[in-house]
Amino acid sequence: MVNGLNLLFQFLDSFAFIVLAAAGLAIIFGIMGVINLAHGEFIMVGAYATTLANIRGGLPLPVAMLVGVAVTAVFGLVVERVVISGTVPNALSQRFLGRKVIEPLYDRLADSMVATWGLSLIMVQGVRIVLGNSLDQIGTPLGNIAYSGFSYSTYRVLLSVVALGVLALTYYVFTRTEYGMRARATIQDEDTARALGVDTERTYMTTFAIGSGLAGLTGALYAPTITMVPGLGSSFLVEAFVAVVVGGPSVVLGTTLAGGLLGAINAAVTNLFGTFFGRIALLVTAIVMIRFLPDGITGFVETVRERRQEGA
Amino acid sequence: MLELDGVTAAYDSTPILRDVDLSVEEGEIVGVMGKNGVGKTTLMKTIIGLLEPSDGTISYAGADVTDAPADERARAGMGYIPQGRDVFPKLTVEQNVRMGETVNADSEETLYDDIYGYFPVLEERADQQAGTLSGGQQQMLAIARALVSNPDLLLLDEPSEGIQPSIVDQISDDMQAINEDLGTTILFVEQNLGVIREMADRCYAMERGEIVDEVGPQKLTDEEAIADFLAV
Repeated sequence: MVNGLNLLFQFLDSFAFIVLAAAGLAIIFGIMGVINLAHGEFIMVGAYATTLANIRGGLPLPVAMLVGVAVTAVFGLVVERVVISGTVPNALSQRFLGRKVIEPLYDRLADSMVATWGLSLIMVQGVRIVLGNSLDQIGTPLGNIAYSGFSYSTYRVLLSVVALGVLALTYYVFTRTEYGMRARATIQDEDTARALGVDTERTYMTTFAIGSGLAGLTGALYAPTITMVPGLGSSFLVEAFVAVVVGGPSVVLGTTLAGGLLGAINAAVTNLFGTFFGRIALLVTAIVMIRFLPDGITGFVETVRERRQEGA
Repeated sequence: MLELDGVTAAYDSTPILRDVDLSVEEGEIVGVMGKNGVGKTTLMKTIIGLLEPSDGTISYAGADVTDAPADERARAGMGYIPQGRDVFPKLTVEQNVRMGETVNADSEETLYDDIYGYFPVLEERADQQAGTLSGGQQQMLAIARALVSNPDLLLLDEPSEGIQPSIVDQISDDMQAINEDLGTTILFVEQNLGVIREMADRCYAMERGEIVDEVGPQKLTDEEAIADFLAV
């Protein structure tokens, strides 16, 4: 009984972690074709902003978390304008050199990886220089759920509820709102979307800010549970990447399925052999998936559906 | 309403435009005739703003729009129907039409309820993914999507390409009806002479990126003039 509960909570915990780690990355990758290797550092920004607002600013934790989300979203907006779209450097160079110097990184996978990797190095070292090697940590709130011999952190259970909320909200935004329609139209055919009057620049900007805001939310939510060091993002990045690889191109469905599958594998293996092997199991799963379903679960579903439609 | 003056454009592998002068008056249906690879699509993309001309000016409704991006031109009242339809395959038929409605032009105006009067088949398939429609239906959807915001000028790139003749006839009838009912000015490029004669009030001929001839309204029905025209 206790072991069963343990497994269940372990699953919820892994599911929440994978979904929250991956959501922002999946949105930016799925819609803009940009692989943000600084995604982990965006999570770090959210966690640091939350912690600083709470401990040094004296704000109550929920408010501090909103600050964390807002700071990361605004930071993302700046990164999009400066690094990803190159709009700011281009405006400057147009003025002083008379020509543009940067091509936008949209849909340039390898180039966007190099640029954002560089950004991540700058961010980690920059934070280390300015704020030192670690910050004080906010204690995990809300206490424990206890049931006979079993006990689990209430806060971590809450996180899995939030993860489901994030998925539902993302689904709503991308299928039911005007912005979502524009974003999807832009991925499917950018030129036609522009010719219909979609300001694709603004769509990309908004998308990057939303993805960054989600990374900030992840950082804010996990801030009370992790050690605050400048490199904290790397532990999220691995899970996030594995989830995007396994999930495939469909942002919401892919992330949900990947979170479910990987969460189950991670929970089972961790329960049997410990945390270390749990992570190894995730990587092995990713390798197997790349071998057999290179487009991820949703890519596979899509191919099957297309084949069936052609047959019909 | 639309005026191209000495427009020259090229982009990577697309055919070149050389010193193109062209004008369209309000309410007209103007055709541009030319074979594959003479620069018809380049012309359309340059007019809507997806390609930047290296020389010359484009003015629309009295304003110079040469440097305006495509989305701005769309909001100023240009509607564009790309070659090969290019509907959004994974949005439903209705969502495709709504895309045109929500973003095209700044006005609140929508023809959403009227659009299905021209294309009843789209109403039957409103909830279907656009990628599953036949070629002719996709062409109708692309027209509906551009039309729903009531643009002043419709740019139509090879409406007949890859579509059954019977549907082609229907589409040219629809375009004429739209021109008459809504006063929409239409500029289209085409290599099918039948479609040009059926639809156009006036026609330009294009060869190797240049406008080489122009045939006025009275002559488009004249067999001899057409024969001359074809010999170009």
